[in-house]
Amino acid sequence: MQTLSCSQVTKTYEGVAALSGVSLALNPGERVALLGHNGAGKSTLMKIILGLIPATSGDVQVLGGAPGARAARDGTAYLPENAAFHPALTGLEQLRFYMRLRGADPKGAMALLERVDLAQAATRRIGTYSKGMRQRVGLAQALIGRPRLLVLDEPTSGLDPVSRREFYAILDELAAGGAAILLSSHVLTEVEARTDRIVILSRGRMVADDTLDALRRRASLPIQLQVRARPGQADLVARQLAGGRRNGVMVDLTCAADDKLARLGQIAALDRLVEDVEVIPPSLEDIYSHFSQGAGA
Amino acid sequence: MSRVLATAAAEFRIALRNRWVAIVIAMMTLFSLVLSAAGSAPTGDLGVDRLSVTVASLTSLGVYLVPLVALLMSFDAIAGEVERGTLPLVLTYPVSRGELLAGKFAAHLGILALATGVGYGAASVAAFAVDAHAAQGLPALLRLFWTSLLLGATFLGVGYAISAWARRPGAAAGLAIGLWLVLIVLYDLGLLAGVVSGGDGVFTTRVFPWLLLANPADAFRLYNLAASEAATAAAGVGGAAATIPALESLLSIAGWPVLAFLLARLAFQRVTP
Repeated sequence: MQTLSCSQVTKTYEGVAALSGVSLALNPGERVALLGHNGAGKSTLMKIILGLIPATSGDVQVLGGAPGARAARDGTAYLPENAAFHPALTGLEQLRFYMRLRGADPKGAMALLERVDLAQAATRRIGTYSKGMRQRVGLAQALIGRPRLLVLDEPTSGLDPVSRREFYAILDELAAGGAAILLSSHVLTEVEARTDRIVILSRGRMVADDTLDALRRRASLPIQLQVRARPGQADLVARQLAGGRRNGVMVDLTCAADDKLARLGQIAALDRLVEDVEVIPPSLEDIYSHFSQGAGA
Repeated sequence: MSRVLATAAAEFRIALRNRWVAIVIAMMTLFSLVLSAAGSAPTGDLGVDRLSVTVASLTSLGVYLVPLVALLMSFDAIAGEVERGTLPLVLTYPVSRGELLAGKFAAHLGILALATGVGYGAASVAAFAVDAHAAQGLPALLRLFWTSLLLGATFLGVGYAISAWARRPGAAAGLAIGLWLVLIVLYDLGLLAGVVSGGDGVFTTRVFPWLLLANPADAFRLYNLAASEAATAAAGVGGAAATIPALESLLSIAGWPVLAFLLARLAFQRVTP
């Protein structure tokens, strides 16, 4: 059974479409990154999945039930963007409260806080926490009671690189245990190795839903070749390869992915003129902006 | 039920940390003691015990203070969560809005019970200290205590409704104070003006009693004064108490909390996080 399925989900606010015809499915153990500019509809989609706001039209099934139904809420954990808590409570008290709401034994609260490396601050008021520490309280509450679907809105904002690595290690564990994870992010390099699929929203429309490799192929963005000529040969190399000259020694070429080997062969044939060559594939940012600017639609 | 208790425990802890519990108890105690001291002068010739007199004074205090305290505790309950951004997360938990509201209600009502208990208790200790027959007034004191809780419950519910409706703590606070002024102060003034200008007409004989009953604070005052031996010790609107049976005012003060909670529940349902 699919953990989450959305089909043709549309949300309009007073006639303005925030989401139009978004279809998306998550299987158990799948990690999916949701990318998009601010206002692309990421948080709106998440709130619909959580049952916080109703969709204008379309069908959403969460753990086999309607979003917001008791069964769906029992198995779903949410980490809001900029997780906020009551400043007068300590981290431990806040977590115990959430555990009791979930029907989990609050005795396990300390163990959860240790897991997110917050044990030392457990008895301090949340009002004294830094943003990163609040984010970890948010992560700790999302781990209560082995959720089967995790919806994480910009989960790593405010975390330092080490905490991010630990955070993704925890997510990997959860996914290995069969939990489906939907997370939104701005940081592309971060989701590259850590997610199975990438979904890109642009102005409320879904413009991509595939693995990174497949997206890379589909975008078929040109590859950059940087050729370092031997001293004094740059002009000659540039003429021979019909490329642009950047400075005294560098020659820049671009080519389609399919032409790469042929182009490299031409460069290799000039081996007395050429010192080195560097192949630069399109960056994640290039692929992302290719799709989010509508070129992929 | 465990979710309601969990919410109530967390809310009580928050109120304790924010010094709300201490402030409310201090306020009730201070006013109770001041009133019982001020009310002790002209009693001797009325032929009632000191505690009954104190209860009459406390009734007029309760009418003002209990709704005020209840509104002060409740106006932030939902608007505050909206502003802090804590509401969306808690609403994704397997807990209903009714359970959340009931938890907050239980905590705030508990604090109110604590404060009125301590405040009224202090005033009655003072009454016992000067009058050996004060025990005669104990039933009146108990009645005052539980009707105060019903009155408080009404205004807690109304406060939550305002909080959910206003969405912003500042606006909710303004609305709460405005409502307090209208229901507690201006309402009676308006009725008095109506009676004075209407004489013995239809307004005074037919409409006026129902208008008194419709206001939970007036019903509270009516019930306590009508049921109390000390009715004669009170002045003002209390004079009307004789014309309205205690049962009807009791129905009003018992029905209002239910109505107010339903109102709050409806208003909360309309809040989209």
